[in-house]
Amino acid sequence: MLPAPFEYHRPSSLEEAVQLLSSLDEAKVLAGGQSLIPLLKFRFAAPAHLVDVNRVPGLDGIKEEGSVLRIGALVRHNEITASDLVSARYPVLAAAAPQIADPIVRNLGTVGGSLAHADPAGDWGAVMLAVGASVVARSARGEREIPIADFLQDIFTTALSSDEILTEVRVPAPAPRTGGAYLKLERKVGDFATVAAAVHVSMDDGTIGRAGIGLTAVGNKNIEPAEAESALAGKEPNEELFAEAGRLAATASNPVTDVRGSAEYKRHVVEVFVRRGLARAIEMAREA
Amino acid sequence: MKISVKVNGTERTADVDPRLLLVHLVRETFGLTGTHEGCDTTSCGACTVLLDGTPVKSCTLFGVQADGREVTTVEGLMTGAELDPVQVAFKEEHGLQCGFCTSGMMLVGKALLERNPDPSDDDVRWAISGNICRCTGYMNIVKAIQLAARIKAGATEPAKV
Repeated sequence: MLPAPFEYHRPSSLEEAVQLLSSLDEAKVLAGGQSLIPLLKFRFAAPAHLVDVNRVPGLDGIKEEGSVLRIGALVRHNEITASDLVSARYPVLAAAAPQIADPIVRNLGTVGGSLAHADPAGDWGAVMLAVGASVVARSARGEREIPIADFLQDIFTTALSSDEILTEVRVPAPAPRTGGAYLKLERKVGDFATVAAAVHVSMDDGTIGRAGIGLTAVGNKNIEPAEAESALAGKEPNEELFAEAGRLAATASNPVTDVRGSAEYKRHVVEVFVRRGLARAIEMAREA
Repeated sequence: MKISVKVNGTERTADVDPRLLLVHLVRETFGLTGTHEGCDTTSCGACTVLLDGTPVKSCTLFGVQADGREVTTVEGLMTGAELDPVQVAFKEEHGLQCGFCTSGMMLVGKALLERNPDPSDDDVRWAISGNICRCTGYMNIVKAIQLAARIKAGATEPAKV
């Protein structure tokens, strides 16, 4: 399949990239391309211009600075998998990365691109909601930081303006005793999630400090079940509490019936995954 | 757009439409038909090539993105008249039936052995999980990649080709 014709631009600096985005009509940013190129091939999208940012310096790297983990927009999923820093300190990121697509796609697909694509079945949106991340958007007008909950607006729709490029994802450094889990149900490797749940919990002494939850493929965007999160804060963890949080998360989800399962089934999986994810994350936090 | 790509060690140039996919650049522009186009939807892995040594699905990358970079296809596995250990092992272990997925499988196997010289069963299955064998000949593919590891390590004499 051949995409509709487009003009190809390959800026060699971020300044050049944002200038292109502000001056061109109907331009799309090409990063890993693992979602965008299939869309172009099916002609669900036919932008007049593609701005390939793969050779823009400064958009790579995973580094912790102060109390923030900075993930450059060109960091591939497999770089997250290979990062010792991530596996040591960011358990929900480490759990999610190897479950995305398949190993070959993970060599090209990027964290930033996945977020900017805003597919409700995308994994990173749920993970970033759970950890309370934000993204940095740059344009010729300047730079702004957008909390992930405001960034993800609707199916394939984000808070990015057409002249903005996502340059970085910022994840708050975890509290000392933190655990996380990403549970994903998929029909086969490489398929989109039927349902997935990200859980990120920090412990204060014997009680739960902050609990973050994000859900995948059960709504028109990744969902953060706020009532489930607040039901957990300050409580002593136990199975009953996890089950209650699971029920609240299932209520907050809004899945549709499709080839991957009925809405009822998916809602049930949310309940089970949140319950199990909490148990796993809290066990991890206690051992930390 | 004029591009220059090092394909299997040889510098090649072409003037291509930016929307030309890498798989078509390799197969049609450069005439290297060992790379197969299977599903055309990033699912099957038959079109896998190595870009600067890393496996990528060439149906989900534009040819212009390979400009200035190095592409290895199945034709690049041989050194002179000598088969790569992965090729020898696929032959020995009957790691192919119809052969359609084979070039992708072998390139993924080669990349795996570069970073993991002694992969377990699970390591191999994990590595090839983005490649579909429609003959379902996975058992022998896994065995072949592990035999290639032993050949590379000098633990097994490669059979005469």
